[in-house]
Amino acid sequence: MWLWIHKFGSPPHAYRLLGKLAPWFGWSSVVLIAVAAYWGLVLAPRDYQQGDAFRILYVHAPTAWMSMFIYVAMAVAAGIGMIWRIKLAHAAAAACAPIGASFTFLALATGSIWGKPMWGTWWVWDARLTSELILLFLYLGYMALRSSFDDPQRADRASAVLALVGVINVPIIHYSVEWWTTLHQPASVTKFDKPSIALEMLYPLFLMIIGLQLYFGWAISRRLRGEILRRERNAKWLQEAA
Amino acid sequence: MKRAPTFTAAGLVFRRDLMLAWRRWDEVAQPLIFYVVVTTLFPLATTPDLSQLREISGGVVWVAALLASLLALESLFRSDVEDGTMEQWVLSGQPLGWLLLAKVASHWVLTGLPLVIVSPVVGTALGLPFDAWGTLVLSLLLGTATLSVLGGIGAALTVGVRRGSVLLSLLVLPLAMPLLIFGSRSVGMVMDGDSPAGPLQLLAAIFFLTLSLGPVAMSAAIRISVEN
Repeated sequence: MWLWIHKFGSPPHAYRLLGKLAPWFGWSSVVLIAVAAYWGLVLAPRDYQQGDAFRILYVHAPTAWMSMFIYVAMAVAAGIGMIWRIKLAHAAAAACAPIGASFTFLALATGSIWGKPMWGTWWVWDARLTSELILLFLYLGYMALRSSFDDPQRADRASAVLALVGVINVPIIHYSVEWWTTLHQPASVTKFDKPSIALEMLYPLFLMIIGLQLYFGWAISRRLRGEILRRERNAKWLQEAA
Repeated sequence: MKRAPTFTAAGLVFRRDLMLAWRRWDEVAQPLIFYVVVTTLFPLATTPDLSQLREISGGVVWVAALLASLLALESLFRSDVEDGTMEQWVLSGQPLGWLLLAKVASHWVLTGLPLVIVSPVVGTALGLPFDAWGTLVLSLLLGTATLSVLGGIGAALTVGVRRGSVLLSLLVLPLAMPLLIFGSRSVGMVMDGDSPAGPLQLLAAIFFLTLSLGPVAMSAAIRISVEN
């Protein structure tokens, strides 16, 4: 087990392994996302209340889910890097941040587009949208802190502390925002009611989430390879490989 | 050499910071003045009508307090890191978290506490009713103390960074949003005639959580900043 971790933690091995994995992730995600999109956007039954407008759910909900998943993944990677001092884990955390921020932005944009037909405005201070917005701020702060250090090792460790502080705060922020909106708004925002969704509407949703997970696998493989190249640019194995 | 007990060492740090601040009290007064100035902006920007200002008074006082206590955070660790005091603390064998907590506590006494004391006056000027004074003071006591610890983490992370002050606000403000929600709502609830116990207890919970985990994060961040 430890041998395996150390083997994977070594940049040349990880670089080669990620290069082999990336196409598998990439093509399977293309297939899954295409199937899920067709199923969700064309085959799935119309919503009796929202008509076809609800179909943006198949983009909005999976991206929102991914945005939170990636933040946790980033914090776990940062924690591993802090505790066991594995540089590759820090590099993985660094690679996670821009992907997570993009998913957060997508979730915000699709939520706002969905809000236009549902609420009549582009933006409502709804609990989930607001906590997504704060999550975006957390991602941006993380990236800003990382980019403000010249020394990559200090950037790694300082941003790891921030990611860990952030991940403790994410549930607090989420529940405080939820409490705040329930106090201010009457319970009219039940259009997102979860249990009422039909089962045949759910299958493409799960499929889309798996597809996006695979896409994340592809993107992280590519980005992590880039990070490894950047960090190891003076290493001997790289010059031999090139 | 025998090591001093931790509480003695932390107490010494606390007293030293208070004394340093006392000798340059004009710097200590600046966040307080900023606080009063910012709260003056809101009536100018919206309306001089007290009955309308009353609706937002809790939120205005809270936002202004948040910004004012951020203002003073940037310099929290800077001079100690620059002149090497912090390195001595890291090497002293004392638990670094306690020393940093003492520093944060003195910072809170110098910036947070004056804000809390002035806030009823500022609130009254915005039409805050007398009944809400107690809640405002209590919520700000808990909120500014939590913010000092949170801001301490941010200050420790950004101490070695150029243009750290903007970055510091960018890091700390999202983390402080739950405080703002609970704090300003507790004031709003009193004005609506409800009991503010719920949000105040939540504020206290966040305070104790931050107080227990904050020093760990702060000392980790300081060790990173002081290294090399």
